[in-house]
Amino acid sequence: MNRPFQRRESIIFFAFALLLVVILPLASSIGWISPFKLNTWGKYLSYAILAIAVDLLWGYTGLLSLGQALFFSLGGYMMGMYLMLMIGKLGQYKSNLPDFLVFLGHSELPAIWKPFYSFPFALLMVVLIPGILAFIFGYLAFRSRIKGVYFSILTQALTYGAALMFFRNDLNMGGNNGFTDFRFILGADIRSDGTKRTLFIVTAIVLLGVYAGCRWLTTTKFGLIQRAVRDSENRVLFSGYAAANYKLFVFVLCAIIASIGGSLFVTQVGIINPSEMTTQKSLEAVVWVAVGGRGTLIGPVLGAIGVNSLQSWATRAMPDYWLLFLGAGFTLAVLFMPKGLVGLPLQLRNAFVKYKSRSTAEQDATPIPAAAVTIKPTPSPSSSPSAE
Amino acid sequence: MLLRNTFTCALIVLGLASLLRSSALAADGPAPSEATVRAAVVEALTKQESAEQVAALRKIPVDAGPIAAELLTLWKEGGIYLHEDDEGKITPVTLTGEKDADGKQAALLLLDKSPFKDGEGKPILIDPAEVSGAETDSNIRRAMKDLTDMAALSNPDLKIRLRAVSDVGLELNQEKLPALLERQKVETHPEVKKALEQSIALTQLKSPDDAERIKACTTLGNIGSIPSQDALKTLAAEATKEGKKEVAAAATAALEKIASHVKVVNTAGTMFRGLSTGSILLVVAIGLAITFGLMGVINMAHGELLVVGAYTTYVVQCIFGAGLTLAPFSQSSLTFTIPGMHATGATFSVYFLVALPCSFLMAALVGIALERGIIRFLYKRPLESLLATWGVSIVMQQLLRLVFGPQNVALESPAWLSGSWVVNDIAFNWNRLFVIGFAVIIIVLTWAVLNKTPLGLLIRSVMQNRDMAACMGVRTERVNMLTFGFGSGLAGLAGAFISQIDNVGPYTGQNYIVDSFMTVVVGGVGNMIGTVISALGIGVVDQSLQQILGNPVLGKILVLGTIILFLQWRPQGIFVTRSRSLES
Repeated sequence: MNRPFQRRESIIFFAFALLLVVILPLASSIGWISPFKLNTWGKYLSYAILAIAVDLLWGYTGLLSLGQALFFSLGGYMMGMYLMLMIGKLGQYKSNLPDFLVFLGHSELPAIWKPFYSFPFALLMVVLIPGILAFIFGYLAFRSRIKGVYFSILTQALTYGAALMFFRNDLNMGGNNGFTDFRFILGADIRSDGTKRTLFIVTAIVLLGVYAGCRWLTTTKFGLIQRAVRDSENRVLFSGYAAANYKLFVFVLCAIIASIGGSLFVTQVGIINPSEMTTQKSLEAVVWVAVGGRGTLIGPVLGAIGVNSLQSWATRAMPDYWLLFLGAGFTLAVLFMPKGLVGLPLQLRNAFVKYKSRSTAEQDATPIPAAAVTIKPTPSPSSSPSAE
Repeated sequence: MLLRNTFTCALIVLGLASLLRSSALAADGPAPSEATVRAAVVEALTKQESAEQVAALRKIPVDAGPIAAELLTLWKEGGIYLHEDDEGKITPVTLTGEKDADGKQAALLLLDKSPFKDGEGKPILIDPAEVSGAETDSNIRRAMKDLTDMAALSNPDLKIRLRAVSDVGLELNQEKLPALLERQKVETHPEVKKALEQSIALTQLKSPDDAERIKACTTLGNIGSIPSQDALKTLAAEATKEGKKEVAAAATAALEKIASHVKVVNTAGTMFRGLSTGSILLVVAIGLAITFGLMGVINMAHGELLVVGAYTTYVVQCIFGAGLTLAPFSQSSLTFTIPGMHATGATFSVYFLVALPCSFLMAALVGIALERGIIRFLYKRPLESLLATWGVSIVMQQLLRLVFGPQNVALESPAWLSGSWVVNDIAFNWNRLFVIGFAVIIIVLTWAVLNKTPLGLLIRSVMQNRDMAACMGVRTERVNMLTFGFGSGLAGLAGAFISQIDNVGPYTGQNYIVDSFMTVVVGGVGNMIGTVISALGIGVVDQSLQQILGNPVLGKILVLGTIILFLQWRPQGIFVTRSRSLES
């Protein structure tokens, strides 16, 4: 499982790449798939990027961060700042300034906004701002060996504090309305079907890249230590590794991945506001990972797409009861499916084997424990992520 | 300024009018008879010119008592009609409100409240649309206000008198000085005496005599009179301009004294508000200190247990009041109706005492169900218990929303929670005092349960060493269940408490969850005293930052930042539970 790409896996990967990057956009351009649908799937793909970030932290390193939604929306905000400036004079107030700044009584663009006229600068900020924030927070947290649930609670507090800040008008980030009504990206009309298709392709390529990159990372020696930290941090420490540095690196990396996902999300959804920046949203991403299967990379992707498709159907079909099902389903998944949907076949096979060996044992009257043991597949390291 | 005065005046007049209804107590000395006052008012009303009316008003004796205020209010609000007969004789009347077929009403003479009749003894009916009402202009209103102000100075109601005394002082009107001095001779209540002293000194600031002004400044400085700051500043500026150095120096010295007094008041106020904010945190976090601190369970549904308690209080209130109809599933026509007892007054206000145990039990039951159903499988996997209970919290939010509706429900706080107790300019709001008192009771209760009951002994033994306790025959599973139930019940109590000071809606719990986790983490997990200290500490820091920054949200963000930095210094909180275990 942790070896580099096997042949079969490569084939599947390229098949998916072909589907996402070529076939779906093509089908959309000839009218088989409505542009709205393609756009919605593009949103799911950006969620999948966030899910991979959550999984790399939680499934592979054992750090349950409730702050990934913060990094996700920070990326969104950075991209949003560029998009807001691109509206130009087409806003309500016919001013070069974004509408909310005019509304707040500004006559000139605040200094921090000015560089965001440049697209490369905005991209750089998408990487830098969450990266720096994650570095500072991670450095402080890991240095004082805050781990487990304490880490979760602290990231929760960080997210909460940041959301409070972004809700304020005097941060000049649009207050609780956030950014919306975007018009152009790199000169192209962001609302046209062609641009939406291009954005979908870009998102798909980024997702595939992130997937491949993380796949590679987890097979290296680094990935091995990462999992060792998850399973027993003390043993890693006693073996002479600076576990804190490994955790810090993963934390920063995941913040950046989430942020990139967020920037793609904003271009496709067309709105970003502080309600994206809550612990609830982080936990929703954790739900995708838990349902899909943590400790694998395909699990989060499947989970993000699956849960969100289900959600968009269910919120229309049964708006009152959807949250009941989501909550209950998630609780049951945590209780009974520790490895999610991806791990379900293996789990069922184990259960079946167990059941069979027990029934044969009962028939034979003399139990054959040795046989039972040999039939049981040895659990992979990722099967007991919190066995400490 | 004018607006404020008018407003105050209206308040006083209203107060006087309401007083009349309850008790027509005469103030000091023999009050002039009602007939005299009525005659004086009627005389004023029949005058044609505004100046004449003012002069007539001035004749009304100051100690006229409530009847004057009543009549003047009626005048000002247009309740008096001026009937003019064919000879041009004006008769002020009031209408009875009994309309005949044409909309005309019978009238009463203002002079003696007798029915308004013509010479032949036939009642004269008046159509309010045709007859002009008594009008006022600013001069008349000022004369009226002077009258009511002066009357209020001797009002038997303490609050009205106190207010009147303070307000008269702020007018800085030399003409009012004799009345104030007069009052000072007979006043006995210490609070009013102090206010009189301040008002007299304030008025004396305008005195032509420099020595008196200096004396007034010293007095104001000594009593630390906050409202006199503006007047003193003006005086200091004026005196400097006029070259009266001594007066200016006295005013500046008084200002300095007052400034230091203000500082003391602000600091004490901040500390008090901090303590009460901390108490809210404490009440909310104490349940979590047990489930998270002692048991190590991350219960994300803690906020929802709180809300369960709050809604239980709401239901109890409805049972005491008008009853409650619930339509939990909007699509079906299923409804539940809980009949109400329609209690009022004292019976109604005890609902809170009934609601407290109900909230505790309700939340405890939900908590026990949660523990038996989910959490007991996850004791070894804390991160997973966080996730599973989050799922539960979503379900509970949605259920509460379906049952009680998405809007916040309206709870009536008891009347005794409004108002405040002022000591030396520091206001102690009753609801904040209630918050602190409630926190103290809960802490004592929790401490008693943990340290003085058999259950507490079992809880402590299991939490300290589960295996050893099991060896001694303690049924650890059962103790887990009861401990979790106890912690949840405390959350329910906190909910009942929150319902008195905050809105109650399905998502209210979310507002408290982050704060309560932070409180427990900062205090040191597994330590009750730590939780108490950290809650009060966070409360005081929060309020101080708000005071300094003048911005609640920024203060809150800084508090969160401070907590993160604090945990750098003491990662395990204020009080560390020491153990030899590597994986603590």
